Amino acid sequence: MAQIDWTRATKYFLLWDFMVGFKLGLKYFFRPKATLNYPHEKGYLSPRFRGEHALRRYPNGEERCIACKLCEAICPAQAITIDAEPREDGSRRTTRYDIDMTKCIYCGFCQEACPVDAIVEGPNFEFATETREELFYDKEKLLENGAIWEAEIARNLEMDAPYR
Amino acid sequence: MADFFYNTNLGIFLLVTGEALLVIVLLLVALAFLMYADRKIWAAVQMRKGPNIVGVFGLLQSFADFIKYIVKEIIVPAGADKPVYFLAPMITLVFPLIVWAVIPFNEGWVVSDMNVGILYIMAASSLVVYGVIMGGWASNSKYAFLGALRSAAQMISYEVSIGLIIIGVILSTGSLNLSDIVHAQDGKYGFFSWYWLPQLPMVVLFFVSALAETNRPPFDLPEAESELVAGYQVEYSSTPFLLFMIGELTEVVFMCALISVLFFGGWLSPIPGLPDGILWMIAKMAFFFFLFSMVKAITPRYRYDQLMRLGWKVFLPFSLGWVVFVAFAAQFGWFGGAYARWAVGG
Repeated sequence: MAQIDWTRATKYFLLWDFMVGFKLGLKYFFRPKATLNYPHEKGYLSPRFRGEHALRRYPNGEERCIACKLCEAICPAQAITIDAEPREDGSRRTTRYDIDMTKCIYCGFCQEACPVDAIVEGPNFEFATETREELFYDKEKLLENGAIWEAEIARNLEMDAPYR
Repeated sequence: MADFFYNTNLGIFLLVTGEALLVIVLLLVALAFLMYADRKIWAAVQMRKGPNIVGVFGLLQSFADFIKYIVKEIIVPAGADKPVYFLAPMITLVFPLIVWAVIPFNEGWVVSDMNVGILYIMAASSLVVYGVIMGGWASNSKYAFLGALRSAAQMISYEVSIGLIIIGVILSTGSLNLSDIVHAQDGKYGFFSWYWLPQLPMVVLFFVSALAETNRPPFDLPEAESELVAGYQVEYSSTPFLLFMIGELTEVVFMCALISVLFFGGWLSPIPGLPDGILWMIAKMAFFFFLFSMVKAITPRYRYDQLMRLGWKVFLPFSLGWVVFVAFAAQFGWFGGAYARWAVGG
């Protein structure tokens, strides 16, 4: 005859575990809710957040990218395609700068590699599209992103600068 | 006018139909908000906000869901037994609804004040399991079939305990009429005159059995979303699924009503001096519904063998022993006649 564990038996019949669970449940019941009403409220994003790409310009309007192709070389997903040739004034510029956003893994190596802070990953993460083709970004789209997000991007770069 | 309604056949028919419709419509509207309350309580325990978009505080969420369900496409799986497939959700909805006929909401507020009320409840609520079995079998799907098998075994097991627990109450009252059971609990101590005190262990057993009987967590093995997807409901969509859902929720609310009537004095006021009334009944049902929701939020699911062990090795012997105890206590007037309240039932 096995020894009866009276403590355990008593707890079992008094529904002890259930009572403790109920108390805990009630405790959380009255806690402040953790829910964010997403489209209306948004969570905090770190300055290092790596979202949608953008090509930046200098304040005088000149595009930063010098077509060094470091980003294309380092991109582990091979999502970036660049063609370049000298412009009329002799400076080396891209004629084509494509990012396949469906290939991109958002590692941030392109912005790490960029010597002139031209390609950056901005704070925007809401760029879902209805078709796949819309996610094949070209130079025009990237420069447009740069124009839209320049303020935030510049702020984030400045905030992150001390840690680099 | 009163003569027409009470003394002619057509009048009585119209009267009963009207009463039944009133109960069903009010019940279904209440269900919409109870569904919402269920989700809100569940969400609150998990520190979520729950539905809060549709209407003020999301109060109209259930109605939005309702519209969503009825405009969706009804998909019948290939190989399904069509008549049975569509009969199943209807059975699941209709049987939990018809048992409300004998629930007294207030003094005399009952659609059918029949003398075999409890028997009627046991008979009708046992048939609910047919809806589940038929739904699972007719879907021609393995998940659904497994869910239905589990459900059949589970509901039958726990119905035995529920029956025995109710027999204890009947022995004390000497009547199967639910109104009489409530009357028998009327006493000068208010809250402490009710059956929950003499029948205390059985209240807990009844509550847990009710959880199992209605397939609520922690006994939601037939649905067990992590292993059986949705059990017997897996092949259902649109309105048939909605009927299953409403049926289950009706049964849950019905169990809340039953526990209020059997052990917590139905419409009686807990404090001597305060007037009795339907509000007490509603408050009691709401309280037990809250408990049902909390249990859903805080308990993990039982394993199948644990469920069966609890049903057959703990609940059944315990409730059987309790019936014997109540029989002796009632016959020999132990504990100052707390177990024998035959004044009303006779």
